[in-house]
Order: sequence, then C-alpha cells, then structure tokens
Amino acid sequence: MALLNLSSPHHHSRNKTSRLMAWVLLATLPGFAVQTYFYGYGTLINLVWLSLLAVGFEALTLRLRKRPIRPFITDGSAIVTAFLLALAIPPFSPWWLGLVAVLFAIVFAKHLYGGLGSNPFNPAMVGYALCLIAFPVAMTQWAGTEVHLSFAQQWQWFWTETLANNANQGIDAWAQATALDIMRHPKGLTLTELAATKPALNLSLNASSWVNLGFLLGGLGLLALRIFTWHAPVAMIGTLAVCAGLFHMGEPDLYPSASQHLLSGATMLSAFFIVTDPVTGATSRKGKLIFGAGVGVLVFIIRTYGSYPDAFAFAILLMNLSAPLIDTYTQPKAYGHKAKGDQ
Amino acid sequence: MDKIWPFHGGVHPPGNKSQSNQTTIVPMPVPPQLVLPVNQHIGAAAKAIVSVGDKVLKGQLIASAQGFVSANIHAPSSGTISAIEERILPHASALLGTCIVIDTDGADQWIEQKTHDVDALDTAQLLQIIQTAGITGLGGAGFPSAVKLQARQPITTLIINAAECEPYITADDRLMREHAQQVITGIGLLARILSQPKCIIGIEDNKPEAIEALTAAAKTAQGIEVRVIPTKYPSGGEKQLIEILTGKQVPHGGIPADIGLVCQNVGTVKAIADAILLSRPLISRTTTVTGKAAVNAGNYEVLIGTPVADLLAFAQVDLNRTSRLVMGGPMMGFTLQDPDVPIIKSTNCILAAADLELAPVADHHACIRCGQCEVACPAELLPQQLFWFAQAEEFEKAKNHNLSDCIECGACAWVCPSEIPLVQYYRYAKGRVKSLKEEAQMAEQARIRFESREQRLVDEKLAKEEKRKARAEAAAAAQAAKRAANPDEQDPVAAALARVNKQKLEQQQAAPIEAYSDAPKSPEEEYKALKTAAAITRTKLKKTSKALQNAQSTGHEQVDALQASLAELTAKADAAQTALKAYEDKLGLDPEYEKQLLVTVAKTNAVVRKLEKSLSTAEDAASVEAEIALAKTVHAAANLALSNYQTNPTANTAAVQES
Repeated sequence: MALLNLSSPHHHSRNKTSRLMAWVLLATLPGFAVQTYFYGYGTLINLVWLSLLAVGFEALTLRLRKRPIRPFITDGSAIVTAFLLALAIPPFSPWWLGLVAVLFAIVFAKHLYGGLGSNPFNPAMVGYALCLIAFPVAMTQWAGTEVHLSFAQQWQWFWTETLANNANQGIDAWAQATALDIMRHPKGLTLTELAATKPALNLSLNASSWVNLGFLLGGLGLLALRIFTWHAPVAMIGTLAVCAGLFHMGEPDLYPSASQHLLSGATMLSAFFIVTDPVTGATSRKGKLIFGAGVGVLVFIIRTYGSYPDAFAFAILLMNLSAPLIDTYTQPKAYGHKAKGDQ
Repeated sequence: MDKIWPFHGGVHPPGNKSQSNQTTIVPMPVPPQLVLPVNQHIGAAAKAIVSVGDKVLKGQLIASAQGFVSANIHAPSSGTISAIEERILPHASALLGTCIVIDTDGADQWIEQKTHDVDALDTAQLLQIIQTAGITGLGGAGFPSAVKLQARQPITTLIINAAECEPYITADDRLMREHAQQVITGIGLLARILSQPKCIIGIEDNKPEAIEALTAAAKTAQGIEVRVIPTKYPSGGEKQLIEILTGKQVPHGGIPADIGLVCQNVGTVKAIADAILLSRPLISRTTTVTGKAAVNAGNYEVLIGTPVADLLAFAQVDLNRTSRLVMGGPMMGFTLQDPDVPIIKSTNCILAAADLELAPVADHHACIRCGQCEVACPAELLPQQLFWFAQAEEFEKAKNHNLSDCIECGACAWVCPSEIPLVQYYRYAKGRVKSLKEEAQMAEQARIRFESREQRLVDEKLAKEEKRKARAEAAAAAQAAKRAANPDEQDPVAAALARVNKQKLEQQQAAPIEAYSDAPKSPEEEYKALKTAAAITRTKLKKTSKALQNAQSTGHEQVDALQASLAELTAKADAAQTALKAYEDKLGLDPEYEKQLLVTVAKTNAVVRKLEKSLSTAEDAASVEAEIALAKTVHAAANLALSNYQTNPTANTAAVQES
C-alpha cells in the first residue's frame, strides 16, 4: 500500500460542520413547537416552504458558481438560514414573502459574497430586513392567538391570501399587532391602562413569552453542547435587560419591563440562534461580549425610539458591520505575552 | 503544595496507549547496518571524525559537536564505516543530509570505558560528561541537554516532563515503570548540577503504574515531588507543563530559564543517569512501535541509527496494511515515505496506521469561524483568524496575531468541524514569513549599499567644493592681508569699480546740468572708462567660457544657459572692444605703439642690466663700460618717449615715430 504523505495532525475529532448545523436545527424545535401551538400551522408551512426554496437556491447558485453542490448542500447551512427566516417571519405570510426573503438571503447575502464563511452579513437577517422594508404590512401580520385556523385554511391563505368562508372580511378582522407594537403605540395610555383595556396585549405577551422560553431552552441545549460559547448571548440578554430595567425603573408607565423585553419579539431566537452566528459575528471571546452587548443596546434603542416594532434584524446587521473592527481591537493575549498595561 | 494550574485550550483525543504499553521494553538486536545522520539535534551539525573503512567500537565517538549548541555522536555498535554520504533524513520534507553508515560486525564490542567516582565530581565535570555523551532531549525537539543545564539565571525549579500527552506513544510510560530508580537518580544528579532546585515530575493521570513506580522510587530521594496532572493534550508541551505545574507562563520569545525553570524529558533524565553512572553515551533509546498494522506493538530499546524498516520488521509490522507511517505521534508526528530512514535520538514513536485508523483524507470545507479552534488553542491564539490571514497571504497580519507563538500542536485542526488542515496553513505562513524576512533583509542590505555609494559620491563632490571654497577663501584672505599690509595700494579691480561707480554717480548728479551745459568729458577719462569696460567684458567672457567648458565636460544641465550667456557676453565684449577701438581711432591713439614703447623700455633696461652684470667678469672693462653708457642712453630715450606718449598720447605720435 502506498504510504500517505500528509501534514500533522493525522487524527481528527470527526467533528463536522453538518453536525453543528444539525444540532442548531434540532435546537429550534422547542420554540417552533410553541409557536405552532399558539399561532397555528403557518410556521410549519413556512418552515417547509422556505427550506425547499433555500436548498433550491443554494444548489442553483452553487451550480452557477461552478462549485461542487453535494458537500455544500449537505453542510446544512442553507436549511439553518431557512429555519431562522421561517421562525422570524409572521406565520400568516403568503408564499411570495418567503420566496423573496430566501432568494435575497441565499443568493445575495450569502453567495454573492463568496458563500458559506465569507458572508459579512447574516443571510437570514438580510432577507428579513429586506422584506420588512419592502413589505411592512405583510411582515407585521401576526394573528391574534385566539384565532385558530385549520391547516386547510392556512394552506389556502398561504397561496391565495383569501379565506373561503371569510370572503367578506379582510385580514384585519383577525390579524393583530404584536405586544411590542401595542406597547410602542400606547395612544396616550400608560402601560397599566393598556394592559387593562387591551386584552390582546396580555394574550400576545403570554404567547410570545412561551415562544421565547422555547427558544431559550433550545439555546441552552446548544450552549451545553458547546456549539457556541456563552459570551455573545449572555452579553446581549444582559445588556438588553439592564437598559430596559433602568428605563422601566425611571418611568414604569412608559417603558416595558426587562422581562417583557426579554420574553417578547425575537429576543431569544436572536440571542441564541442569530447573535451566535460565528461567520458574521466577532470572533474572540472579548469581541463576542462587545458584539452581543452592541446588539442589546441597539435593540433597546430601536424598540424604544425607532419606527419598527422589533429591532433585531437592524441591530444585528449593524453589529455585523462592526464585527471586523471589533475583531481588530479584541485580539486576546497570547501565551507568554504580557497583558495590556501589565509591564 | 501540589497545586495544578489550568492551561487554556487543549483537546482530548483518544489515548490509544494500551496497544503498546502492556509489554516490557524489548531490546532490539543489532541490525546489519546503522545510519547516523550527523545532525540529529537542534543546532550545528556534528563533524564526522572517522573515515570510510575505519573500524569503530561500540560507544566510540564518530562525530564531534561543532560549537556551543551541538552534540556528539557515538557508534551504537562495533563495525566498519562503510560510507559517509548524503542520505534521506527522517524529516517531514525527506531532506537529504550527511550520514555516517556503519556495517556492524555483530560483536557489539564496547570501547574501553572510563568510570567516574560520581560523588567526587563537581558541576562542571558532570556537565562535561553529559556534553561528551551527546545527550539531547529525547522528548522530540532534540535540544542538546548540556546547553539547557548551563543556565545563566539561577534555577529555582527543575521540571521533569513525564506527561507523554501524545496519543499512542508509551515509551516514557514503560521507561518509568521499568527504570523508575534510574530516573530518580538522574533527577538527583541534575539537581546537583542546578544547585538543588525544587524538583517536580509532571505526569498525566493516565499512567497509574508509572506514577506508582516513580512515587515509590522518589521516596528514596529528597525533594522530588511526583505531581499527577489531568490528561489533556498538549499538557506535555514544555510551555503548557510549566503553566500547569507553576502557574507561570514562559515569556514570549524567552526560555524557561528566564523564569527560573529548567524542563527535561524523563527519558533524557534516564539517559543522563546512564551517561554519568554507567559511562554510556547516548547510543540507544526506547521507541514505541504501534498502530493497527503492528502485530507486536510495544516498546523497543533501539540503537540510534537503526533503519525504521528493520524495527518495523522486528515488531512484525505489515507494511502492506500500513496506509500511513508516522514518525512521532498522530498529533505532531510526520509521515515517512521511505521506511529506510534511521531512528534518531528524538524518535519516540513509529506509528504504523492501518487504513481508516487515522482520519481519512477529506476535502476540507469553508471556515465558518465557529471558534472551536480558539477554544482548543493552548497558545491562546485566534487560529481562525490566522487561517484567514494565511489563506489570503496577509503575513503581516498573521505576524501581528502572534503566528510565531503557534506550537503546531494540532489541537485546532483536531477540533475543526470543517476539517481544515490548519497546522499546514500555519507552517506555510511561518515559512513565508521567514523567507519574506530574509528577502526584506537582503533588500535592506542592497538599499544600504546603494545609499552608501550615493552618499560617498555626494561626499566626494562636497569635499571638492569645500576645497575649492577653501582655496578661494585663502586667496581672498591673502589678498586682504596684502591690502592690510599695504593700505595705500588699492585693489585695481575695486579701484576701477569704485571709479566707475563714482563716475556713474557723478553722471547722474550731473545729468540735469549736463542737459544745459553739455560739458564734454575729458578725452582721458572717457578713454579710461572705455578701457575698463572692455577689460570687464573680456574677463566675464573668459570666466563664462571656462564655466561652459566645465559644464560640457561634466554634462551639467546648465550648458544651454551658459552657452546663451556666452554668446551674449561675446557680443558685449566685441561691442566694448569696437567702442574702444573707435575712440582710439578718433583720438589717433595707437595702443600697439604704446606696447612697442613699453617693450623697448623693458628691452633696453634688460640690456643695461646684462651689461652691468658682465662688467665684473669682463676682461675688457673699458669697452663694456662704454657699451653700458650707450645702452643707458637708449634706455633713457625710450623711457622719455614712453612718458611723453603717456602724458600726451594724442599730440606727439609723429614726433616719437621720428626718434
């Protein structure tokens, strides 16, 4: 047998990118299940539809780029992008919304920048932000939790944006603003008054709390598996909690509490599945702390003063932009080097 | 005090130690041929001191150390030197190097051995024995041990590296189990050399038998501590072991002695004990043969220089089943292409891996910067960044990210989910950084050479200029001194200039009056002015033409300008000359005539002088005196004519002509 001539090390842990991606997909399941429980089959339809699209676009672009298709398709990164998008967009999304989002995420945000590992921006967030700006209405249609559509109804809505036995009523009849939206436009009422007058707020808060707890559970699982380190999510959640807590202490009637911030919108999904994206985040431990904290601050600012109901896509894209700079200034002290200021 | 400090990173690859650590160390018989590279260590190659055909005895010095960092090489068995030639070395790049080849005679006959009275030896003598025995680090790097022990700084702690963290290798494990007493004795000797520092043996907890043996043996000695550390690769890296046992880090670019530490491998310690107590130079070592292709996996006492192929045959390795032959461990070893290369002093393991035993060759995927390599890196680097920099050939950035601190342990590549051969990228980058540095140094030298040449040329030019200036100043000074000594005598040029200036001033002052009076200047004044003007333009013309010649010969850029001004000056000089001539003609002046008069005066004067001189020697003094009188008369007449002409040049032309 001819002897192989290779460079050390000659052994490998058999750790694989596809394994990491598989764990990430698995970890989204608790959140997905809760979301489906509260909002119906829309999320499931999105999940399947976006995954198909993502794999299709991935294969197509790889072909156009003359890259081997199989190894890249099987790394699972496209499906992770699809899952994150499907969980982020409203369950009541028509087919074309997901199409635009995935097209932009996979083809533009990922492959035009060189494919997996080379994209400066999180693909899912680019797709999400594009749709949020281009189709603000479709992107904010979250149904009230008391609305329960059958799978058939959901399927019909998905393709036609109409409902057979609800022909006279538009989407307004059952679509509702999310808790964050309600709290952002209090119409002169204090948060306590809002809670008293708008039952939807409490319902929405309740549902989103459970959804967030679902993603938190999955995220903690990934942390336990050491798929990522604790730095970025903890920094992000901590910063958001501190900002919200301080403002809430000052004006409890105007500013939602820290727990409301942490358990509504896409907080946990972002904290554990998007802020932890290694490709587009800062890379050193200290860098990850700064990156996470930056996202936390920006989310709080945009949620409080911005004109969009949730802020993660923008906050993360802005921090993606800063990641190379953060990396430059957060190089860790190597073995045998003196710490800064330690002479 | 048996505190253990953690070190950053590290991985837990499967140990695979039990395949080879179950049996005792087997001495391998003398092979028919031994191949001894003259450079088996870090530092300068040893120099062969035997020739082809020489008979050598076991333990005889055959190559002597060259310089401070180098090591002796001894014949591992008796026989005949059959060749001293270039052969393939056991090296990752299969480099060629000088090897001494011994055809063994099978007698294995020792050279006469000097025995030492060990207790009477002082530090220098002990070091001398270690140095003479050619002992180098047996853990892998092969640094000459005597050099390491001659630390300039006081040593507070001696660390014995018994971690053996590489998977598969069990040479130190078996050695400790079977020779614990000799190891402890060796540590005692080292402690003597280093003025009794604290001694700590660092050993991973996956070697319980060795720990037990060492602990038992250590009881017989004073101040030797066996400290068990958790199994984690690469805890046996010198820097990592130091951090584990002392909590200190070896400073970047420094050596352990900088923080009062010396680290020696446990096998080296045994070799040192053998050298001092048994007068045995380093001619054999314990080497592990393992891997699924080895039927008799285990440890062997092998003569240095034994071809790997012979050892493999002895251990019944099926080369047909071997897909990868690694010298060293699976994490840091290198593959061999040619099994005929020899075992050298630093060869601790031969891993004959069957197909699929080690990681198969895989296409690596894109780096997703997951950061698992950073978590694993014991040097606390950012391997993911280093990879990007190496890939993009951004070596400056790689350097700034402390590429040089990478110990190539392979922990990053071990964990990488994209299966990127990271260490290979770092080796490439290190090599490029080195060659770029060399290129930069050469360019720098060339630049310095060029600049010093340029500087020399400029200096020469400046020196010339200085000299010229100095000369000019000296001349001016001499002139000034002359003037100072004789203040009445005016510098003719200055006087002329002063006159001209004065005239100009007078003209300007007189101009308004002149308009009315139109008083003519005296012809003498006018003549003088014209003469001066003509002289000045002539001088200028001469200077300029000289400058032009200079400029043309040196290729100066102002040649054109000089030519233009030369032409202008020529015209001016001509004009001045013409004006002077015209004036002379108008006045009936004849400068030629004046010259003639001057010449006549001078000539007649000369004749008078000559005659006067000859008077003293002349025989006919009277006739000479008559001649002198005549000559004096002629001279007086000429003088008169000249003074007449000079006082009234216009009037007496005709009169003088007559005379």
